[in-house]
Amino acid sequence: MEVTAKASTEEGPVWEGGNKPFNASYGKLMMWFFIVSDALTFTGFLVAYGFSRFKNINSWPIADEVFTHFPFLHGIDAPMYYVALMTFVLIFSSVTMVLAVDAGHHMQKAKVTFYMLLTVIGGAIFVGSQAWEWKNFIKGEYGALETKGGQILQFVNSDTGKRAAIQEFAQGIDSPRTTHQLSNGIWYKSETSLPTVSLAEVNKGFAASSNLVIRTEQLDEKGRKVVLSRGESLLKIQDATIVVEGANLIRNEYGNRLFADFFFFITGFHGFHVFSGVVINIIIFFNVIVGTYERRGHYEMVEKVGLYWHFVDLVWVFVFTFFYLV
Amino acid sequence: MAAEEHKLAIFRGLLKFKSNQQKIWGVLIFLSIVTTIEVALGIIKPEILSGSFLRMKILNWIFIILTIVKAYYIAWDFMHIRDEKGGLKNAIVLPLVILIPYLAFILLIEADYIFDVMETGFVAWNF
Repeated sequence: MEVTAKASTEEGPVWEGGNKPFNASYGKLMMWFFIVSDALTFTGFLVAYGFSRFKNINSWPIADEVFTHFPFLHGIDAPMYYVALMTFVLIFSSVTMVLAVDAGHHMQKAKVTFYMLLTVIGGAIFVGSQAWEWKNFIKGEYGALETKGGQILQFVNSDTGKRAAIQEFAQGIDSPRTTHQLSNGIWYKSETSLPTVSLAEVNKGFAASSNLVIRTEQLDEKGRKVVLSRGESLLKIQDATIVVEGANLIRNEYGNRLFADFFFFITGFHGFHVFSGVVINIIIFFNVIVGTYERRGHYEMVEKVGLYWHFVDLVWVFVFTFFYLV
Repeated sequence: MAAEEHKLAIFRGLLKFKSNQQKIWGVLIFLSIVTTIEVALGIIKPEILSGSFLRMKILNWIFIILTIVKAYYIAWDFMHIRDEKGGLKNAIVLPLVILIPYLAFILLIEADYIFDVMETGFVAWNF
């Protein structure tokens, strides 16, 4: 009986729920078993990510070239700073949670309320940041072309070595093609919005600016993307079939298609956990305010929710490593 | 529950805290330092650590080891595994410690094999 809050049931018979295995209450044990099984679910996701990555080890996108945004710093290359900030926010909200649990053991209602509120705020900031990351990821930055074989071709300015955005160098040609809508075409065919520039426009702009070269998906021995010469680039661009801007579940401008799929799936599943954690924390927060646990005589519910919240933090530590760092 | 019933020493007794709150802040500082090191390494990417060990970069091994260190302190101090009975500790930790490396081992070996097949086979994947 170290850290567990005293449950209401006194020592009774061995059967009929009288005793507590492992000195932990029923609810706490079940929360632990849920966490173990959920941990294995996340393991499955992350290992599947590892599988796809090892399978495409010489062409996988480089994470710190993808996640380079920071709020209010437009156009400044800030690799991973924002994700690191999100990690700190989540760790900090984990700390306020554990402080709430500790205050609960001492039956200090005001302190529990305050720390639960901080935890909820931290969780909300994290979910908001995650949404912002998704927005940037979906919107994309430079755009790219895709070849027949599904490889992504990105563009680099050979003078500066910096990435070139297709929207900037593409040269407009008068094209009558507009987005197909249900109202003005065959009723059973639909089309999502067209990219801002067409393939012909990108081709024309590329031919006109002699300092542009193509960057392929392939990685060299140092782990950098292979950049073609101007001559090779002019040949390579003939393979392009489609303009890709941003990311969706089918293709993305950053590279391998699976990269975006796993990004949406794993961070989405984790974000869903954070969201449900925030909702549960809010419920517990109001229960603390109305004095439910004060009347019950112990704050064990806060501790159980705390376990879930720490688990969410724990998973993020791994997602952060495998998605952004490694 | 009184604070004395928590186990207040971390780093195998190297660092002892006076109260549970102090221990929480101490662990937060430790986790922050580890995260800062990770991010700094991730941004700088030192050239010395780009060597390969067991077909993975040394830098990536460092990231994974630091992550496991962080996971240990989150589970042991924030989730209070340190204060639980031995049986519960094992019931939680052992399945994960056995199954996760096992699954990772099988799938990564298989993926590496598929990579070799695609790399050395007669089918062109980049066209």
